[in-house]
Amino acid sequence: MSSSAIAPPTAEVHSGRFGIYGGRFVPETLVTALDELVAVYAAASVDESFWAELNELWRTYVGRPTPLYRARRLGEAAGGAEVYLKREDLNHTGAHKINNALGQVLLARRMGKERIIAETGAGQHGVATATACALFGLGCVVYMGEEDIRRQALNVYRMRLLGAEVRPVSSGTRTLKDATNEAIRDWVTNVRDTHYIIGSVVGPDPFPRMVRDFQSVIGRETREQTLAETGRLPAVVIACVGGGSNAMGMFHPFVRDTEVALVGVEAAGDGVDTDRHAATLTAGRPGVLHGCLSYLLQDEAGQVAPAHSVSAGLDYPGVGPEHSALKDSGRATYVSVTDAEALEAFGKLARLEGIIPALESAHAIAHLLRDGARWVGRGPVVVCLSGRGDKDVAQVAEMTGGA
Amino acid sequence: MSATTSSDPALTLAHAFARCREEGRAALIPYVTAGHPSPEVMPEVLRMLADEGADVIELGIPFSDPLADGPTIQRSSYEAIERGVDMRWTLDVLATFRAERDTPVVLFTYLNPILRYGVDAFLRDAAAAGAQGVLVTDLPVGADPELEGAFAASPLDLIRLIAPTTLPERVREIAAAGRGFLYYVSRTGVTGARQELKDGLAREVEEVRAVTPVPVAVGFGISTPAQAAVVAQVADGVVVGSALVDRLGREGVEGARALVSGLRQATRRTADGSAA
Repeated sequence: MSSSAIAPPTAEVHSGRFGIYGGRFVPETLVTALDELVAVYAAASVDESFWAELNELWRTYVGRPTPLYRARRLGEAAGGAEVYLKREDLNHTGAHKINNALGQVLLARRMGKERIIAETGAGQHGVATATACALFGLGCVVYMGEEDIRRQALNVYRMRLLGAEVRPVSSGTRTLKDATNEAIRDWVTNVRDTHYIIGSVVGPDPFPRMVRDFQSVIGRETREQTLAETGRLPAVVIACVGGGSNAMGMFHPFVRDTEVALVGVEAAGDGVDTDRHAATLTAGRPGVLHGCLSYLLQDEAGQVAPAHSVSAGLDYPGVGPEHSALKDSGRATYVSVTDAEALEAFGKLARLEGIIPALESAHAIAHLLRDGARWVGRGPVVVCLSGRGDKDVAQVAEMTGGA
Repeated sequence: MSATTSSDPALTLAHAFARCREEGRAALIPYVTAGHPSPEVMPEVLRMLADEGADVIELGIPFSDPLADGPTIQRSSYEAIERGVDMRWTLDVLATFRAERDTPVVLFTYLNPILRYGVDAFLRDAAAAGAQGVLVTDLPVGADPELEGAFAASPLDLIRLIAPTTLPERVREIAAAGRGFLYYVSRTGVTGARQELKDGLAREVEEVRAVTPVPVAVGFGISTPAQAAVVAQVADGVVVGSALVDRLGREGVEGARALVSGLRQATRRTADGSAA
């Protein structure tokens, strides 16, 4: 087993803040449950048996470590850069989301909670959570916006096959934001016997740092594999950002390697100069949504603005608070890619490498294609391929008039 | 603008509760969403509440993602926002009301509209408009000491919530920080009318009252005069929100007047402590 799979135990007391961002802005009813989660996670963090169990699941059930693949034809198309893909799409269930879902299910078992709830956008986190619940025999309810149910029908059926109940959410924009609202309302109501598995590095403390820690296996493996393969660290790592969990998992082990550039790619929808996009860090301003202070798409009155992206998983008006801190400090750079650019990259990766990416991950590929030339001769360029695109094929066929 | 309202001793939350105590009843605290059922009738809604004997009015500033609220208040908030209601509009309607009536008002909202308006500007303008308190559903005790300090330094009472899941040590911490009144959430969950009050409510409220000098009001799920009468026996105040918002939406101001009048009757305490 790769040593990188073992999380570095840390007993440090976390403030729950990343600079000014983060925090715990929730109804009083949830405070005790969050305190309990903080305590249980702190104990698990330094418990080797916890990580041993999770590592074993990652290795034998998920298929970790995932490969680091040298994508030569993609590299040529990207101006001749030395491109590697971190293949999170090869995980069981088809995306990075399972890394976190399994970690949190193990924590729920430690807390004695037998009912699990989750929100989902593209359905990948819902499928991952339903899978982890099936594995451990836990009840599972997944909240999903009606608009996302329409465009991600395959994942809805997968969740139901796995024994989860999918509850449609018809409020607001009927997407990920509203599914998250509804999951929080369920949690407020059933908090005594229910654990809420948030799917991204968002929400009240400890979720952003906990989900980051579970996803950091991506960056640890990438760091080790890139060193083994090329003898050096990447010049840059690139990942898409909705809530930002695959990006945070990729970035975190490189934050102290200041020679490694960190680039997050947001969804620009129809364009960041329109009102139809999801580029929170690019065009938002700090505010509070879903329990944390972070960049937020909002109007003059402080109402949350509807996000838009062709990709259901990026269609979210908030973003993880640690990304907000990384943006402000300048340690990471955030750019954006339109729906049209992402769709083009979706098809290009399929034809150049025989890999159909998730529409979310296609945003990272699109940025690589646009920006790859500037990295030529500067070292390995690693793109996190956070998920596979099977779920998106029907939607893309519909949008492009059939393949 | 003057802030005379907040220095008028007759117009404080403490005074409102003291008067109820003298009169042998619980305070009636109706909640309405600003701009619901329509911006046009809002001044009339507030006058009606005052004239039917509301002791304190909770005035909701609508937020797009009210995650502590159930379907009724979600819908009223959504409709109000669609009609252009925001913080500035709400403070204006409050100022108009304050010129006509002296019923204390608590602004009920979420943190983001306040942050966007500016915390200091909000505290200044809300006091000037005639608010006596503010309740921020997603600002639990200890979440942000600096922000909470700004509220504490203002003339407005920051109303804190206590939930059935709040542990005893934290109840004491919240009680110690309480100003105006404490809001006891009668059940885990979001706002919304319920058929039944839960067992054990009296004991839970008594435990909170035992550790705080400020009045304790109970809300979440109280929808009928009969339920209000039961709560009035054990609490210093009774909050009724979703049932009133629902009635306003379906039957307008006059239909809601009948409900408020019935609730007001129900807040009288009987000598033997049974529901009237």
